[in-house]
Amino acid sequence: MPLSQADVRHIATLSRLEFDQDQLADFQGKLDRIITFVDQLTAVDMGGVEPMAHPLDLTQRLRADEPDSAIDRDRIQENARETTDGYYRVPKVIE
Amino acid sequence: MQTVDLASQAEQLAAGETTSVDLTERSLAAIDALQPTLNAFITVDRDGALTAAAAADQRRAAGQPLSSLDGVPIAHKDIFCTAGVKTTCGSRMLESFVPPYNATVVERLAAAGLVMVGKTNMDEFAMGSSNETSFYGNVGNPWDTTRSPGGSSGGSAAAVAAGIVAGATGTDTGGSIRQPAALCGITGFKPTYGRASRYGMIAFASSLDQAGTLTRTAKDAALLLDHLCGFDPKDSTSLDVAAESFSATLDKPLTGLRIGVAEAFYDDGLAPGCRDALEQALDQYRSLGASVASVELPHLYLSVPTYYVVAPAECSSNLSRFDGIRFGHRADDCNDLTELYTRSRSEGFGDEVKRRIMTGTYVLSSGYYDAYYLKAQRARQLISGDFAAAFEQVDLIAGPTAPTPAFGLGDKVDDPVTMYLNDIYTIGANLAGLPAMSLPMGTVDGLPVGMQLIGPALSEARLLNAAHGYQSVTEWHRATPNVFSGAES
Repeated sequence: MPLSQADVRHIATLSRLEFDQDQLADFQGKLDRIITFVDQLTAVDMGGVEPMAHPLDLTQRLRADEPDSAIDRDRIQENARETTDGYYRVPKVIE
Repeated sequence: MQTVDLASQAEQLAAGETTSVDLTERSLAAIDALQPTLNAFITVDRDGALTAAAAADQRRAAGQPLSSLDGVPIAHKDIFCTAGVKTTCGSRMLESFVPPYNATVVERLAAAGLVMVGKTNMDEFAMGSSNETSFYGNVGNPWDTTRSPGGSSGGSAAAVAAGIVAGATGTDTGGSIRQPAALCGITGFKPTYGRASRYGMIAFASSLDQAGTLTRTAKDAALLLDHLCGFDPKDSTSLDVAAESFSATLDKPLTGLRIGVAEAFYDDGLAPGCRDALEQALDQYRSLGASVASVELPHLYLSVPTYYVVAPAECSSNLSRFDGIRFGHRADDCNDLTELYTRSRSEGFGDEVKRRIMTGTYVLSSGYYDAYYLKAQRARQLISGDFAAAFEQVDLIAGPTAPTPAFGLGDKVDDPVTMYLNDIYTIGANLAGLPAMSLPMGTVDGLPVGMQLIGPALSEARLLNAAHGYQSVTEWHRATPNVFSGAES
């Protein structure tokens, strides 16, 4: 089933992306081409195959919970556009 | 003409024939001369490079212990965080991002005394096979600047092919080191998943991403990987395996080496010239004492569709961190939080990145997860199983790296799937987490083409030994694009 413009608009909303009408048409065409291409997977019977979680079949390694030095907060926040007293500023969230 | 490689530069330094400052100045001058035509760099760190080079020369003069590559200039792909040096990942999103820390790969190579001259151009967030998705413009292929250098590590490949630096770092999620290496006529190496740390390497698809090298020779790759690879407690998927010297076993004879060739690689898309070059390379291996047998990879045909489910899914999750708040592009005058997220992301990301995020969001969305993501993870198991079965019969697998030599800039931008199919031979190794490399094996219509070697997990030393053996009796890796032959002298 081809992707409709409504589908593409919904995926865009979930992705926190927005498009004007021309872009939407372009994305609809190209996304539909990609989804149609990957759809060949759905035609293959893989019933008994275990999904692969890690290429080398390793499990997650955990470290000891010990305090360590961290990068200075002010240095990290140099990359933020708006900060105040060590906080990040965002538009008003609660009316 | 004498081509410059890392090993020769290290020898010249050791013999006192040159200095690190001299090598670095020559590299910086080559960047200046070639930037208008190649656009291989996004950022040049002139002052940092010359300071590091002077320190290397002082270490040598003072008789301090030195690594095998101390004082040799290299470049880093702009995906690796460099403390105090802008790191864009090829995106407008990170146009003014200056990391407060170094990636482990950067840290390790700096600790070995290598000098970073700058950050190389790349497809945006490493999503592309032609370097055309970079916000900072195309990179030209040094063999023909109207053609693509490949991608996503296109800037690193072009910089090495043109002799600007003898070595550069890259990353490979679906072929992003090997394919540009093939298209630019150099040697590209992707280690086993987990061999090189991903800490500070901007994430695209975390279960596939792996750092590696672009160099002229397999020997140089081994020398660089000796310093680049190693366990890192800061990367939870880093392999905790004993360090080994990849350069120590390069000269082992290839007698008895069993090479597998998969029929799956000889598909309709493979250019006849690439097929002929591969046959000649296999003959070369036979004359070195190796045997060639055919192996089956029956599920390899599923690798591209599998990849284009797994990689976008992981990308949509990884790139959700770009919200306009803590770092990265932030849209002006937003009234609420959702508008801030949406406009910052829509302004900061380019079209291919948006397509991958949307594809990933779609395949992970409610009702589609089982049909796509889970199915792709099953296909990944099948592809991985094919390789495991093949490696019970052979020591490594040989094939083409890319279906054709370098294609023209603009030739494949209109259809994403046509572009994706350029990685048809390389993606399998990423899905299975295997080490793989590309090395020059000839030319087609005057353009270089690459041979791919894939090995079992942790077989880096074997692959490099096999590649070095081939390069000891061939000259393809020494071929230099004519136009730029002056840049290295």
